[in-house]
Amino acid sequence: MIHDALIAPFTDFAFMRRALAAVIALSLGGAPIGVFLMLRRMSLVGDAMAHAILPGAAIGFLLSGLSLFAMTTGGLIAGFAVALLAGLVSRSTGVKEDASLATFYLASLALGVTIVSIKGTNVDLLHVLFGNILAMDDPTLLLVAVNATITLLVLAVIYRPLVIESVDPLFLRTVSRAGGIAHLVFLALIVVNLVSGFQALGTLLAVGLMILPASIARFWTRDITPMIAIAVVSAIVSGYVGLVLSFQTRIPSGPAIILVASALYAASVLFGSVGGLVRQLFPAPHLEA
Amino acid sequence: MSTSPQVQFRDVTLGYDRHPAVHHLTGEIAAGALLAVIGPNGAGKSTLFRGLVGILKPLSGAILTGGIAARDIAYLPQSADIDRSFPISVFDFVGTGLWRTTGVFGGIGRAARDKIGQALAAVGLTGFETRGIGTLSGGQMQRLLFARVLLQDARLIVLDEPFNAIDAKTSADLMVLIEHWHAEQRTVIAALHDMDLVRAHFPDTLLLAREPVAWGATAAVLTADNLVAARRMCEAFDERAAACHADPVASKAA
Repeated sequence: MIHDALIAPFTDFAFMRRALAAVIALSLGGAPIGVFLMLRRMSLVGDAMAHAILPGAAIGFLLSGLSLFAMTTGGLIAGFAVALLAGLVSRSTGVKEDASLATFYLASLALGVTIVSIKGTNVDLLHVLFGNILAMDDPTLLLVAVNATITLLVLAVIYRPLVIESVDPLFLRTVSRAGGIAHLVFLALIVVNLVSGFQALGTLLAVGLMILPASIARFWTRDITPMIAIAVVSAIVSGYVGLVLSFQTRIPSGPAIILVASALYAASVLFGSVGGLVRQLFPAPHLEA
Repeated sequence: MSTSPQVQFRDVTLGYDRHPAVHHLTGEIAAGALLAVIGPNGAGKSTLFRGLVGILKPLSGAILTGGIAARDIAYLPQSADIDRSFPISVFDFVGTGLWRTTGVFGGIGRAARDKIGQALAAVGLTGFETRGIGTLSGGQMQRLLFARVLLQDARLIVLDEPFNAIDAKTSADLMVLIEHWHAEQRTVIAALHDMDLVRAHFPDTLLLAREPVAWGATAAVLTADNLVAARRMCEAFDERAAACHADPVASKAA
């Protein structure tokens, strides 16, 4: 019975196995990025970038229909263009990054929806907006896995300047130029992971497997290393439970995954060991020193 | 003390949106000097330091730093832009002071660990290694920043109002560090408001009020006349001020 509910879907159906593999890859790459997005107070920047990917994916769709690979390539190009342009505009004019990014992503989103509507149907638009992790073909799965690998390797390389730039940007600016480079590379990593997430969860929810696990982890630890680990694990758990839920009920897979992550988040807000509400309501007695 | 200058200001004007905050400053700071920079709020002390460490480009003139790169100057800003909610430990934070030797990839070996431990001990923060920086008090945070400056091992150290909102005990402890740096022939420049502290510890003083009012031996600079003159300089800039064509020689000080 339990086997039927929790394991059989994955042993019996190849598309479920592929979906599970995709969700694990997404978690490994996206969750650490999400932790940095959260700590750098860029959570909504990730959301904005997710929309920025749309026109590129839409042009891919325009050229070769619902080919995930073409849409991914287009999304990568558009995402990089917007991230770099927004970064350059804010760094060269002093406009805050969030403001310049908001401008670029709104233009992008409008352009993307326009392009999809010109050629496709409402079903296509739904696919673009919400994704379909159950429709992963092998090349796309490979792309998601490669993206996750690249993310972890590059993150390891820029880890130190990225952390210092997050804590004390002025200090890093006075000792090194690595801060600006790390920031731009980090933006690129966001795009890479959003493009992966885009296939599974669509442009509206792509950022979900990045931000929600990070927000969950924040309630369980004060140290960045375990925070990243907890974020990855809770992303994988959300993905797995979400897929099972979606298989057994009629809830679409993308929203199911994000709903499970949201439930974990709610539980963390209530019972988390760092700043959880229950802890605040029933505090342990204060210490002597 | 060697006489070759560590820092040379050549008719330098620094400011924002063309409005000068430091106007036509010329002078030298000898290597190994211990210089206090004083002046009312808005006198341009912080601006001068930002120019010195290379994060603000001069509107005109030049600042020479005796052959050391801007990034080899240890700089303690007045209001450090530090995200204290970031989950990083005291040990790791101070360790960033070793950037010059570790860079992006260099490992933190045993020697580096020892150095970090010694720096923390020097500022009285032994035992705080694993605490998050968000748990420190204001004074402890300032001690932490001094520990990082210590690790930077720089020939030129620039401290912008290091004793603001710091109690007497902490100030005294940190002043010992500054005197130690001075004894090691490092060049130390500090912006300060406490005249007694300046008289007691700093051989040289620059009194700044947008334009240099006086620059030289502390006793000669800290006269009542000079302080009154500095206070008279207005703080607000004129939106419609005309472009400056001042003869640089006329406004030279020091």
